[in-house]
Amino acid sequence: MAIDKETVKYVAHLARIELRPEELDKLCRQLHDILGFIDQLSSLDVKEVKPASHILPICNVLREDEPRKSLSPDKALKNAPSREGDFFSVPKIIE
Amino acid sequence: MRYQTVIGLEVHLQLSTKTKAFCSCAIDFGRPPNSGVCPVCLGLPGTLPVYNKEALNSAIKVALAFSCQIQEHTKFDRKNYFYPDLPKNYQISQFDLPLSRNGHLEIISEGELKRIGITRIHLEEDAGKLIHGSNSSLVDFNRTGVPLLEIVSEPDIFSPQEAFDYLTTLKNIIEYLDVSDCDMEKGSLRCDANISLRPEGSKELGVKTELKNMNSFKGVKDALTFEVIRQTELLESGQAISQETRLWDAGKGVTVAMRSKEGAKDYRYFPDPDLTVFVIEQEAVKRIKSGLPELPKEKMRRFIKEYGLSEYDAKILVNSRRDAEFAEECLRMYPGKDKKPVVNWLIGPLLSEANNRKLSLCGLKVDKQELINLVGFVEKQEISNLSAKLVLTQMIDTRKPAEEIIKENNMLQISDSTKLEAIILEVIRDNEKSVNSFKEGKTNALMFLVGQVMKRSAGKANPKVVGDLLKRRLTGA
Repeated sequence: MAIDKETVKYVAHLARIELRPEELDKLCRQLHDILGFIDQLSSLDVKEVKPASHILPICNVLREDEPRKSLSPDKALKNAPSREGDFFSVPKIIE
Repeated sequence: MRYQTVIGLEVHLQLSTKTKAFCSCAIDFGRPPNSGVCPVCLGLPGTLPVYNKEALNSAIKVALAFSCQIQEHTKFDRKNYFYPDLPKNYQISQFDLPLSRNGHLEIISEGELKRIGITRIHLEEDAGKLIHGSNSSLVDFNRTGVPLLEIVSEPDIFSPQEAFDYLTTLKNIIEYLDVSDCDMEKGSLRCDANISLRPEGSKELGVKTELKNMNSFKGVKDALTFEVIRQTELLESGQAISQETRLWDAGKGVTVAMRSKEGAKDYRYFPDPDLTVFVIEQEAVKRIKSGLPELPKEKMRRFIKEYGLSEYDAKILVNSRRDAEFAEECLRMYPGKDKKPVVNWLIGPLLSEANNRKLSLCGLKVDKQELINLVGFVEKQEISNLSAKLVLTQMIDTRKPAEEIIKENNMLQISDSTKLEAIILEVIRDNEKSVNSFKEGKTNALMFLVGQVMKRSAGKANPKVVGDLLKRRLTGA
């Protein structure tokens, strides 16, 4: 599978990553190699294999609906780059 | 050209569990900002979400109530996007293996029974709350991770009124299941609408717009009505509809295109590796199904059959589960075989007291036995209808028994003919003219004479008995 610079730019934008031109070239090559490697899988015959979305052989992991202690606002906000009162503060969002 | 309106609705419903979807933070919307959060719902590294058993049960109940097929295998996926109210930068939702599919909801719209398809009902989690200040936006993560259900309808809704009726029916059922507050103003029920027009008779769907930001069922109806007109005008003047998200401005009564256009959304869904799959056993589904309460439609049918109610009366009574249960207990307690007198009191005076006080029927907290006693007094003609309504008001205000209020206010009707005869004779003596016109065949005159007796008895005479006595005396029968 070929991957072009536009695709890498698009994916970088979705991930909110800024790339310098030389990084773009490098990542383009690396992603191309990675996808090529993964692509080998398509040569396998999986007709008899059941689809899986998880590798662990467990299911139905649930918890009871019983409240436990939450963090204090101070603890919750401890690593916030910016706070106002007990709120996290972020650059103003329009709409 | 005539156009057909095509609407599909997406309803988001907050489940009223004690704790969040994937962590044990208590859900309490009254608490101070960021005091109901933990490393899991804050999306801190190294945490592991575990789904809430009760939320899954509630979701299965809803899916069954909407006749959906519960999928044997279901899983959670990550829906990736950046927004400050979403601390993990993805929402845990369901993509290709939702909890349930292919259901339907029967609604009555403008007198007609209609079946609206439900595409899917799936599980997801709520985002936090943003408060926009002048220089910054503030984030409260208390709501982050509250369990949500998304109920997606088929594009089977053909008018704003039908959309409204779909929503009220849906809410009614959810309330019966007792799994959500369903309060649109508080945000525990939210609704987005997709709407498009197509030439009548056409099978293809037109270009749709997605409407958001409606905070009442009426708002949904109004926004859709506006959009039908806007799209019709565009199409008729040969312009194209652009596929976009529009926000309803309730104050101005218009929809406005959202400014941010990032092109097609690319959520890059993939299975959440932190959450293993769910295998839902048929046995468990059966067990939940057998525990479902009687739903409004069935209750309505049963009320009609068991208590001889009219469809109209039954429909009013099943509007809320608690009111319907209150009404049914009253109907059962009433000794008479014909339940009509109780029904009339429930949806007449009692309902109007409730409406006046902005309460529900059972919110009036009227003692059921006392209500039945009151209806009994009226049926035995011991008090007049008018007095009985006053008694009811006092019963609600003072919580005194009906009989006590009747006695205190000296409201018992006089049905005793010897007491009434004296007044009747007086009235006959003083109203010669009316007596004569009655004898000449003017039946109206009798009503006048009854009125005179009522007046002289200070309203306490039993009008039916008075009428009978008067007639007998005047005709000699």
